[in-house]
Amino acid sequence: MEASTSERPAAAEGGVAPMVRFDRVTKRYGALTVLDDLQLDIAAGEKVAIIGPSGSGKTTVLRMLMTLERIDGGVIWVDGEPMTHMPGPGAAGSGSLVPASQRHLRQVRGKVGMVFQHFNLFPHMSALKNCMEAPVTVLGLSRKEARERGAELLSMVGLGDKLDHFPGQLSGGQQQRVAIARALAMRPKVMLFDEVTSALDPELVGEVLTVIRKLGAEHDLTMIMVTHQMGFAKEFADRVCFFYQGRIAETGAPAELFGNPENERTRQFLSAVLEAG
Amino acid sequence: MGVRQTTILVILSFVAGLVVASFAGFREFIPGLLEGAWVTVRITVQGCLLAVVMAVIAGIAKMYGPWPLRWLAVCYIEVFRGTSALVQLFWLFFVLPHFGVFLEPMTVAVVGLGLNVGAYGAEVVRGAIQAVPRGQWEASTALNLTRMQALRRIILPQALVAMIPPWGNLFIELLKSTAIVSLITIGDLAFRAQQMNQTTLKTVQIFSIVLVMYLAISMVITLLMRLLERRAAAGLSRGRVS
Ligand SMILES: Nc1ncnc2c1ncn2[C@@H]1O[C@H](COP(=O)(O)OP(=O)(O)O)[C@@H](O)[C@H]1O
Ligand SMILES: [Mg+2]
Repeated sequence: MEASTSERPAAAEGGVAPMVRFDRVTKRYGALTVLDDLQLDIAAGEKVAIIGPSGSGKTTVLRMLMTLERIDGGVIWVDGEPMTHMPGPGAAGSGSLVPASQRHLRQVRGKVGMVFQHFNLFPHMSALKNCMEAPVTVLGLSRKEARERGAELLSMVGLGDKLDHFPGQLSGGQQQRVAIARALAMRPKVMLFDEVTSALDPELVGEVLTVIRKLGAEHDLTMIMVTHQMGFAKEFADRVCFFYQGRIAETGAPAELFGNPENERTRQFLSAVLEAG
Repeated sequence: MGVRQTTILVILSFVAGLVVASFAGFREFIPGLLEGAWVTVRITVQGCLLAVVMAVIAGIAKMYGPWPLRWLAVCYIEVFRGTSALVQLFWLFFVLPHFGVFLEPMTVAVVGLGLNVGAYGAEVVRGAIQAVPRGQWEASTALNLTRMQALRRIILPQALVAMIPPWGNLFIELLKSTAIVSLITIGDLAFRAQQMNQTTLKTVQIFSIVLVMYLAISMVITLLMRLLERRAAAGLSRGRVS
């Protein structure tokens, strides 16, 4: 990653500065360019659904924002701060940025939380301990505070009676709800969901989506979700982004993008998905 | 082999020992050989402890250390795996004094065997850590744990379970290789046996007892490792359905 220049996201006309900005972000794996010059602003509190064919780079977008992948070009901003970069020495106000140090990454990363397709719960800890670990280790909460916070969140996701269960004793849907509570326990401003219902049996999808709906209604979280649940995206998202071969091929309000897609690729993708049921 | 079978074998080997000891021709050798066995057990236990400590340090340093540490770990692992334990002991015992370092024979035995087995153990530690699914690291990063916090709190507890069976093998290897310490003037089980054999020529009796004693010690190691494995696995996947 090179030193870069990127403008601090400014408040748009009458609005607020974006919570997340991908500024000309590029990601390559060897010769393969997975994301090409991605430009995307997401407002605070906005719910964005990312859809698109397999391999189009949807997961990569989330993983970069969670700092699980390094980027090869551009700058990612979170909450008005550069995340992948930090201001260069003596460059105050000049807009010159150098790649972020571990310390800077840790500081900004705390604003983002992620829920994974395969849950990734810690198998050697109870549901409650899963939710307490990072608040105690990273945020320095006392065990008592962390326990209260964890128990409260687990009740919120409907698992108030499963605090002492281990992941191996829970269904997929329950595990995914623990994973949501675990991420929320860090009080992130941005939550990322990567196909969080794809690994679940069909009858367990609903309980997880219900929790996400509730989160959207009760918290002013910024939420970015990669999903194949078109019905849910339509009903839940403020905006839908259709990815195709590492670029945003089309973006818009769900009613427009689903009702009257402009892009030929979008149309093909949607009809293929609808056909599959 | 389950815990129960191992327990039965341990009991059987002790019973065999008692039976052997009840014959007059064998009895006279038992006290001396027991003394030797006690020396062997002490070297084994201390050597195993050192091996575990070295293996964890070297294994983690090789994977995550800054480059000088990583380099040091690689050197340690390759040198101690690539040369024989006997040569290592001779080095510590006969060569170091030329440089003004004099070590007690027992210290040489524990350090030599501990470092030797620790070098193999480092690869066990590394393999077990690498076998923990990548998603566990990613979840840890997403929760903003540092790499060392993730290693200590999330990864190592899971890797531990996978490490126990190979460590059982290494401990038994260490037990068996204690026989070479007789070459640096230590009166271990093998040394006592040879000594008695030279003076009495009762080869059959002496080496039968020695065989049973080594077997008994290694069965105890196996049993302890089984118990440990069972506890660790229970802690890791309580009530896992599959
Ligand atoms: N670690 C990796 N190494 C090499 N290629 C990768 C890696 N991760 C993802 N890719 C490739 O990047 C592209 C985008 O992947 P991904 O973001 O997972 O797609 P999606 O989530 O939209 O299905 C795919 O072509 C995939 O094969
Ligand atoms: Mg994906």
